[in-house]
Amino acid sequence: MELLAHFLGSEGARMIVGLVGVIALVSVNALFLIWMERKVAAHMQLRPGPMEVGPHGAIQTVADALKLMGKELITPDEVDKPIFWLAPIVIFLPVLLSLLVVPFSQTWIIRDMNVGIVLILAFSTLAVLAILMAGWASNNKYAVLGAIRSVAQNIAYEIPLLITVMSIILMVGSFKLSDIVAAQGTCWYILLQPMAFIIYITCATAETNRAPFDLPEAESELVAGFHTEYSGMRFALFFLAEYTNMFIVSAIATVLFLGGWHGPILPGVIWFLLKVYALIFLMMWFRWTFPRVRFDQLITFAWKILIPLAFANLLITALVLKLR
Amino acid sequence: MINYFKEIAVGFYSLLAGMAVTIRYFVKPIVTVQYPRQKITMTPRFRGYPQFIIDAETGTHRCIACEMCSRICPSQLITVEGTKFPGEKQKRATRYLHEHYYCSLCGLCTEVCPTTALEYSKEYRLAGFQRQDFVFDHLVLLQKRQKAQGLSLTPIPTAADIAAAEVAEAAAKEAKAKATEAAAQEAKAKAAEKAKAEKAPAEEVKE
Repeated sequence: MELLAHFLGSEGARMIVGLVGVIALVSVNALFLIWMERKVAAHMQLRPGPMEVGPHGAIQTVADALKLMGKELITPDEVDKPIFWLAPIVIFLPVLLSLLVVPFSQTWIIRDMNVGIVLILAFSTLAVLAILMAGWASNNKYAVLGAIRSVAQNIAYEIPLLITVMSIILMVGSFKLSDIVAAQGTCWYILLQPMAFIIYITCATAETNRAPFDLPEAESELVAGFHTEYSGMRFALFFLAEYTNMFIVSAIATVLFLGGWHGPILPGVIWFLLKVYALIFLMMWFRWTFPRVRFDQLITFAWKILIPLAFANLLITALVLKLR
Repeated sequence: MINYFKEIAVGFYSLLAGMAVTIRYFVKPIVTVQYPRQKITMTPRFRGYPQFIIDAETGTHRCIACEMCSRICPSQLITVEGTKFPGEKQKRATRYLHEHYYCSLCGLCTEVCPTTALEYSKEYRLAGFQRQDFVFDHLVLLQKRQKAQGLSLTPIPTAADIAAAEVAEAAAKEAKAKATEAAAQEAKAKAAEKAKAEKAPAEEVKE
């Protein structure tokens, strides 16, 4: 990518190449993650998972994606059409943009913004808006319930998430993602901030609407939650956004706590991706271990436990930094 | 306040304990079998459809076509035909049909068999497109298993074979009957002669 930018010699070219790369990453990542999810789920239930399409079912998701593309895009009569059409786009664009600032290695950064982390956090909040749009416009009680839950959940997890990220930023003194990684050359922040890591992972699970915090799309209660009325590629966009979101939150966790591209022998990109997928595996592991929390349990948990702990963590961090 | 932290610690520990359980399952071997491609070994007591036992010494079946099984079968689904072949002491099955779609796997046929020629097969994957798929010809199945085990195949007698065997058997029977008849006549003649001989001295005594 750097080489290409050198040849083209302009920031615009860099952006185009970057965007193409990001779109490729998003699709390949989603295809891989769905397969991985099914494999992890299967192995935890002593099953082999998809085995028929390709070796060990490796291209099963490609077949699924082709099927989804061939499906009819149904727009129910009673929906609020413009919003209904807009919602999948609104949920997909922010995740695409968030990837622009993720530092895959020292050189593999499309745009190394000095407000990188803030940008990602701001865009990730847009997803909730998209979910609300989808749920509200669908004119379906299950969809609305899912959307309402998503918004309430957002209030619960965003605050501890921001506070924990704040404690890391206090230590580094920069919003720039590459600076945060560079500061962890000797010691990963997971060792200095284990509490913050646990809180962050919990909030990240909630942010990606995954079990045990998958209230907005609780299959057993709400059919499919906010995307009940969506079909075909529109549904696929929600799916794509969800899995890309997993990648992004894991990438941020890698940047904040696991030392980003740092690691011996292997090149930085490989280390970065390894750490990201290990974290994604952790989230899948959560999914097949914990039952879904109830609505009030999530709020209680967030406000009574996560927020005080995150605050305490922030205070201690600030104190230690001041006294040092 | 202490309770609050205790609750957090206990809760966190319980989460870790749960995750330990799932990761243990994650690394355990898979128990699911890929249905059409993989087979499982059935337990020794498994009851499949009845089939011929392959005799360890002769390498063939032991059926003598006594028709005990076909008579005891509650569903009357067994058809046995047998013929005595020349040079053999006993009858031998020439045809053994088992209409499995009526079978309730009661096992009476295997129990009643005087030569213990039947056993339960270990085949559990029975699926077919038509009823006729489940009319099992035991001799054909036997040949298949013999082929799989590398044994010499037990030939299935054709109608001509059976007819020839019957003709030969009838001829043998006739010859035997003739022989016995001749023997009987001879015996009779002998007896008569003997009687005559016995009679003669008696007459002499009278004189």
